[in-house]
Amino acid sequence: MEVNSISFIFFNAFLANNFVLALFLGLCPFLGVSGKLETAVPMGLATTFVMLVSSVCAYAINQVLVTFDIEYLRLISYIAVIASAVQLVEMAMKKLSPALFRALGIFLPLITTNCAILGLALFQTFKEYNFIQSVVYALGAGAGFILAIVLMAGLRERLELAKLPSVTQGAALSLILGGVLSLAFMGFAGLGA
Amino acid sequence: MSDNPQVDRAHKTTSTAMILTLGLVTALSGFLVVFVYQATKPVIAENKRLAIEQAVLQVIPGAESFTPMLLTEDALVPVAPGIEGTRVYAGYDGENSFIGLAAEGAAQGYADIIQLIYGYKPACECVTGIKVIKLAETPGLGDKIITDKNFVANFDALDVRLNSDATALANAVVLVKKGSKTNPWEVDAITGATISSNAVAKAINASAQQLLPQIQPYLEELEGAQP
Amino acid sequence: MSLLKQDDRITAETFLEGIWRDNPVFVMLLGMCPVLAVTNSAVNALAMGVATTFVLLASSVLVSLFRKLIPKEVRIATYIVIIATFVTIVDYVIQAISLDLYNALGAFIQLIVANCMILGRAESFASRNTPMKSVVNGLGMGLGFTLALLCLGVVREILGNGSLFGLPLFGDGFQPWIVMVLPPGGFIVLGGWLLFFEWLKVRKQELSGDEEAVHGS
Repeated sequence: MEVNSISFIFFNAFLANNFVLALFLGLCPFLGVSGKLETAVPMGLATTFVMLVSSVCAYAINQVLVTFDIEYLRLISYIAVIASAVQLVEMAMKKLSPALFRALGIFLPLITTNCAILGLALFQTFKEYNFIQSVVYALGAGAGFILAIVLMAGLRERLELAKLPSVTQGAALSLILGGVLSLAFMGFAGLGA
Repeated sequence: MSDNPQVDRAHKTTSTAMILTLGLVTALSGFLVVFVYQATKPVIAENKRLAIEQAVLQVIPGAESFTPMLLTEDALVPVAPGIEGTRVYAGYDGENSFIGLAAEGAAQGYADIIQLIYGYKPACECVTGIKVIKLAETPGLGDKIITDKNFVANFDALDVRLNSDATALANAVVLVKKGSKTNPWEVDAITGATISSNAVAKAINASAQQLLPQIQPYLEELEGAQP
Repeated sequence: MSLLKQDDRITAETFLEGIWRDNPVFVMLLGMCPVLAVTNSAVNALAMGVATTFVLLASSVLVSLFRKLIPKEVRIATYIVIIATFVTIVDYVIQAISLDLYNALGAFIQLIVANCMILGRAESFASRNTPMKSVVNGLGMGLGFTLALLCLGVVREILGNGSLFGLPLFGDGFQPWIVMVLPPGGFIVLGGWLLFFEWLKVRKQELSGDEEAVHGS
């Protein structure tokens, strides 16, 4: 498969280099909001949406930075743009679809501090993707995030009924579960190579 | 900055105060970033140059100096701004005579793209060495493509002869299972790091298939030229 | 010493809370992404820890110096700009020091910006305390973070590569437990450390409980 083909980029971000399980990006929501399926799904969708928006913004910003040869401001402008993009999305959603806003309400501000968003913007810049490739990359990363968080939520829901030693309750168990999931995803590594 | 009037103004948090604070902070940060960028720029450029220099001299055994060149559609020219083409490095020995080329290759490895530089000697029509310049592979696994002596030895004299009408390699560089290398154009894989080994073979193959036929007409020119 | 002044006092606790009681990684579970991503060797872990500590210290000082000037409404934006500035600086400095190290850490240096520990410290500590106190606290937190990274990096490198800081520990016969340096190893080793600390806590509670029950045996 061509390294820069659309399908390669998508599956690379979706499975082989899954943002959560292989690159460790977006672990806070992965561990924090994966307790129940009904919260995991909207969180995943909201993150994907913000990923798309900030991917487009980051692409545009980078064009400007490159034109003026001021790449050293990249990080500062990316983080500022992402923070404002989340704010804008929040406001727009409140106006356009109050129901969706209520459903996602608490998750939206959380997304700003999700390093998966900034990671996506930085990686697409380092890989020198063009506009279409960036959008596909964002979609793949978002889909991968949803997949990981939904799988995790499913596992944790099942474990609620299981008898476990008291020491393993809490974050330690989630991390080891994450390890097992990540092990499973390693099967996708080298995909397309 | 910490005199009283300003403190009072900030406490009222008028929009002027907000803009003032943000402006001040961004100005300060801009100043700091530009200062550090300017201070580190020459050091970073030097580091990068050294890394390339070291790599090029390593992959062309016997080379003591080199010139970066660009291979465009219809010429081989020294690097100059505004010209786009494939970057190659012409290596010269102690007596300033041309002995080999170095070129860049890249392929998808296990975790990320592997970038490498390989040397080519027209005299033996073979690859004379590789040096991985960018690697995000797993330590202890994928980085064996750098540390595994048997694997690196694959590229001491890897056959990349051209076919009779000089349009492609006579034999594609291919990866074979460890210990089963029988032909000089085959690459012995590393057990447990097949994907990374394959990426190296593919990177060289892809680059050589394209570059070597294209560069043949200019080799004589290089042999006559001085660095 | 007057009561009013007490708030500004720097105690051992100011420094130590970040290392043990409120360790950012093992107790507060903050800044997880660099913790797992770059700890596949001890050197990377140390470099990441030092870089993060520097950003934490520098941004703490600045936030704390300007704490009375920054209006509440724009404080988060201001903190983020300050943090991003220092991260950019660290990024260039590491590139100047060693390209190899820079390539090994990759984008994770720039991702220090999104480390919630730093923003959290700016918001909850530096914005309320004197620069001196913030520095001491930041140093403790940074040290705690670095130690935690080292805990992971050392275990993962020894098990997964049979070496420590790049020096081989075992003979050629050692068969590395490769999965430990791969992503799953990061999750599992951190999970293991958390289990260990949880076990310590439970044991301590049980011990003190027993002591009370049998009157200090």
